[in-house]
Amino acid sequence: MNTIRDEIMPLQSESDLIAVRQAVRTWMVPEGFNILEQTKMVTAVSELARNAITYGGGGEARLLLLADAARRGIRVTIIDHGVGIEDITKAMVDGYSTGSGLGLGLGGSKRLVDEFNIWSEPGQGTRIEITRWKQ
Amino acid sequence: MEQFPVLAVGDFMLISLRVDMSDTQVMNLQDELSKQVTLIRPKGVLIDISSLEIVDSFLGRTLSDIAKIVRVLGAEVVIVGMQATVAMTTVELGITLGSVLTALNVNSGMGMLRMKTMSATSLAAASGRS
Amino acid sequence: MDISTDENRKRAEASRAHGRSGVAAAAGRGEIPTSVQTRLPEILGRDDQAVLKDWLPAQMSSLAARKDLISEVELTKQSADFLAVFTPACRLGSLTDISAANWQPVLQFLGTVSRSRAIGGFSASETATFVFSLKQPLFMRLRAECSKDPEVLADELWNTTVLLDKLGLYTTEVFQQSREEIIKRQQIDMLELSTPVVKLWNGILAIPLIGTLDSTRTPVVMESLLKGLAETGSTVAILDITGVPTVDTLVAQNLLKTAMAAKLMGAHCIICGIRPQIAQTMVHLGVEFGEVITKATLSDALLYAFQLLQIKVAAPTQFS
Repeated sequence: MNTIRDEIMPLQSESDLIAVRQAVRTWMVPEGFNILEQTKMVTAVSELARNAITYGGGGEARLLLLADAARRGIRVTIIDHGVGIEDITKAMVDGYSTGSGLGLGLGGSKRLVDEFNIWSEPGQGTRIEITRWKQ
Repeated sequence: MEQFPVLAVGDFMLISLRVDMSDTQVMNLQDELSKQVTLIRPKGVLIDISSLEIVDSFLGRTLSDIAKIVRVLGAEVVIVGMQATVAMTTVELGITLGSVLTALNVNSGMGMLRMKTMSATSLAAASGRS
Repeated sequence: MDISTDENRKRAEASRAHGRSGVAAAAGRGEIPTSVQTRLPEILGRDDQAVLKDWLPAQMSSLAARKDLISEVELTKQSADFLAVFTPACRLGSLTDISAANWQPVLQFLGTVSRSRAIGGFSASETATFVFSLKQPLFMRLRAECSKDPEVLADELWNTTVLLDKLGLYTTEVFQQSREEIIKRQQIDMLELSTPVVKLWNGILAIPLIGTLDSTRTPVVMESLLKGLAETGSTVAILDITGVPTVDTLVAQNLLKTAMAAKLMGAHCIICGIRPQIAQTMVHLGVEFGEVITKATLSDALLYAFQLLQIKVAAPTQFS
């Protein structure tokens, strides 16, 4: 698996959020991802990046463009240095629609991508890595 | 209101959301719209989201809130123009817009508003809903 | 002579060690000993026509010729083209490391042959035999060239067989990959074919679903439906599930998701074709369809759609 592009973008302000969304879409278009695939990835990134800014005290997004003989992929890792998530299993369950206000949206984001990995240490922060592949 | 183009069309208002609005801009829109609806007092409001390429949970909640606010202020609301790919993604994410009326485009949305604002009784019969 | 003396033992060990260099040592590393030059490019450069003439019958006789799938003329051309890229590759660089740059044109050529044979209906072994059958004519000539020097012959034969084995295996891998790609594409085609969108009336679309609504199928159905709604400007979508064998919680969720997506685009969704057995299963499972209207038959759904759109259908008047 080769890394073709690797970029780290800050996630502190809402203009950072817009920049990251646009960057993800811009990276995906030339790789042949169709509009639905782009929309799903950008939406998932928006959910997670917004969480990092609003609840994680800010952080960064690392964008990776990957390729091997069979497929290309885009991987976005959202890192924040906030309080971390106590119970990841609970956080993955769709809870925001009941008006909890936490806006976690983790379970939903997982459904929009091919790979979803999450690491969180209470008191240290959270790292979520999502990937979409193009055959 | 230079930031948000609002059109007055007869008894209705049409407001279009731009692609890639920041969270602050969306909240400002909610604020401006509430003020305008109170001022102009239209019978109905069309919210055109055909430019939106993504609707995440924040936008979904806010759109739902805007619709509720406008209804509280006494006007009917129709959200129009959601793109097919956005609809599929939104549904996968688990976001609903609540009980807001939706239409394919501004034309059908306008038609819906006209029907809705004709009279309450004839509406119930026409839509087959109680 | 007492061979158990130290000196003789050392001599014996040395000659055994010498024997281990050359073929066996090379075999251990799978590479060409740098001290050996290969005769292959010379043979091929000089005798390519003759090699071709011997190679073709070797392909035919192995029953891999498949005259029904490829003509003799085509096969001759393919073989000649292969030798044309194979010969220069033997001259430059490593003979047995096919990942090296000198082998790229050969791999490319074999890739093309493999892929076309995968599509053409050959089996994997029939495809690989294209390469393996080249051993016979090459070995024959190597034996003639190196008849005076058995060690050199052994090395040449070994290296040639390692090389052709690797190339043959490469064609098998490409063949396999191509087959998988074909299957995947066919699966996608099948999915799309089985989701027709029918315009029943102005503003009313029907989607007859055949087969189960699993997680692979649902996005295809949703996309067809939503595209249809956008293109026709329809406001009613009827999902006919007569052809869906079972409706469990997962299928119900997928149906609901599809209905919700349609609603986001301003269309009412009606689900019909619910068989009595299915209705009972759904209730037992506690499946809730919420706002989505459900009807038993397509005609009930159509009638409801007409009511929604305020369309009246009149029976023909009788003239006496």
